[in-house]
Amino acid sequence: MDSVTAAIVGSGNIGTDLMMKLLRQQDGALALQYMAGVDPASDGLARARRLGLEASAGGVDWLLSQDPLPEVVFEATSARAHAANAGRYAEAGVRAVDLTPAAVGPYVCPPVNLDLNLDAVNLNMITCGGQATIPVVAAVSRVVEVAYAEIVASIASRSAGPGTRANIDEFTQTTAAALREVGGAAQGKAIILLNPVEPPMIMRNTVFCSIPAEAAEPGPLRDAVTASIEAMARTVRGYVPGYTLRAEPQYDPPDPRWRGMARVGVFLEVRGRGDYLPDYAGNLDIITAAAARVGELLAAHLQSGAGQAALQTGGRA
Amino acid sequence: MTGQADVRLTDSTLRDGSHALAHQFTEEQVRAVVHALDEAGVEVIEVSHGDGLGGSSFNYGFSLTDEFELIAAAVAEARQARIAVLLLPGVGTIDDLRHAHDTGASVARIATHCTEADVSVQHFGAAREMGMETVGFLMLAHRIGPQELARQARIMVDAGAQCVYVVDSAGALILADAQDRVQALVAEIGADAQVGFHGHQNLSLGVANSVLAVQGGARQVDGALCALGAGAGNAPTEVLVATFERLGIKTGVDVDAAMAAAQDVLRPTLPRQEQARLPNADRSAIVQGFAGVYGSFLLHAERAAARYGVPAHEILHKVGEAGYVGGQEDMIIDIAIQLAEGRES
Repeated sequence: MDSVTAAIVGSGNIGTDLMMKLLRQQDGALALQYMAGVDPASDGLARARRLGLEASAGGVDWLLSQDPLPEVVFEATSARAHAANAGRYAEAGVRAVDLTPAAVGPYVCPPVNLDLNLDAVNLNMITCGGQATIPVVAAVSRVVEVAYAEIVASIASRSAGPGTRANIDEFTQTTAAALREVGGAAQGKAIILLNPVEPPMIMRNTVFCSIPAEAAEPGPLRDAVTASIEAMARTVRGYVPGYTLRAEPQYDPPDPRWRGMARVGVFLEVRGRGDYLPDYAGNLDIITAAAARVGELLAAHLQSGAGQAALQTGGRA
Repeated sequence: MTGQADVRLTDSTLRDGSHALAHQFTEEQVRAVVHALDEAGVEVIEVSHGDGLGGSSFNYGFSLTDEFELIAAAVAEARQARIAVLLLPGVGTIDDLRHAHDTGASVARIATHCTEADVSVQHFGAAREMGMETVGFLMLAHRIGPQELARQARIMVDAGAQCVYVVDSAGALILADAQDRVQALVAEIGADAQVGFHGHQNLSLGVANSVLAVQGGARQVDGALCALGAGAGNAPTEVLVATFERLGIKTGVDVDAAMAAAQDVLRPTLPRQEQARLPNADRSAIVQGFAGVYGSFLLHAERAAARYGVPAHEILHKVGEAGYVGGQEDMIIDIAIQLAEGRES
């Protein structure tokens, strides 16, 4: 069966890291063919050419003038750019996997809801912080009610390119929305911080979930929450090997300073594989590895023919 | 700037001071303080959660009263003063800023870590579009040298900042350190924007640094009544007013009225020292100034110390070594856990 052709738009940190991962799984159903950027001096475009891809600084205009068109495009530009491009991909019959926080299509977090949306013409990968933390929120909310989930993502300044820096608000808003829609929390809040320390700090994420008072006390319910979190961490580790819990989940009883909420705190470290930037940039891996996994499954789905029918009948973006 | 003032004071009692009270300000306190500052002639009064708009959270502490209610009360109470808000991109958003603007706030102060000015570009643009006056805040300014800091200030000015502050978030700048940074900013942005200084008391230099900043060309300076602020507190507004008066530097603020605002209006509303951790240069706070640790980490370190049984000053030392920046309060718990595990093993 022919493999499904793919393109990456955006030749910055995230696009280039994704390229390395897609090329590594090149024996699968997905064949990466094109890389489009806007900066002729881009290191990512130069690498793409060295690795045998067709690459251009002509952006989306160039990509959509290619024959044949790719069947799947991975977008790693900025939220604003993707919001402008999404309609053009859909018109051209190209499915989009969106690595910006544009939130055009439904949110996808592979260990939580990957089976749901393979017929959508646009899939949103949320944010790096979302991919790192939503699995934990989902792990808690499948055991007890989570009225409020809050995450803090800290990344090394060097791993935050211009797209990330221009999208700080979109990051917090998209992540917070996905904490609810995918993580299962009734309310969500997200915070992101950039730290310039040298040597660069490894990506860190903290998840705070409000939980029923009983779940904060020693006992079977609390043990079930801990076991669920640990099982989820193993699942994520299946595609991001450097995903670890820094400590046991921390339980605190209801506190008046926290509006009477009890909470569990989970402290995560995400060490990357060093595909493009060094291993401190786990924020690249957590979203590119998830996108690569989505690409693989999407390709298999398209090969099966089921996806094409959905696209032709205007499957929801 | 109205009148003939040489320097404009912005009072941050109701924002930075919020850290010292774990974000528990009431509407009554806000009304009383705004009324007194307004009468004294303070032109700009900042009101927000200590960590800026949207700061109410597990990570930084939940506000007792919704900050927009406090902003509305301040706006209603002020006759001549304008109400400012703080926003840290990554914590709050442009939506929060718009809400504050709709509530009557007219000065937007946008804060980033001193090396990360470019994350504020969209926020300055939005603030100017709304017609707000804009101020940039380069936090933990001791972490980089004067020239590098000036380059970051330029990014903020190009994005729309009308003033950029050297913000000594750790109270770690010592005299010439503060003045050199202010002078470098004046040289870089002076033709296009003002320069400000925000001092803390961890090494007891908040007022002295502010004087040197003004002598170095700063036109805006922050203070807080009774030094109410993060760490060992801010440069006290009432001391700044008195000192500037003696030096012949016009602030437009009445000395007696500023002292009365601190002593007769704010202080009686504060909890007693035994019941609350009011700012003072104790061991943990000095460690912050000495090791360059973000001021608002103090109370969080003390809580983690109590929870995990390790000394707060040790936690703060580790935070300094790790180079954590403003906003990374969660890392304090992480460090406390690691220290506690080290003790057990």
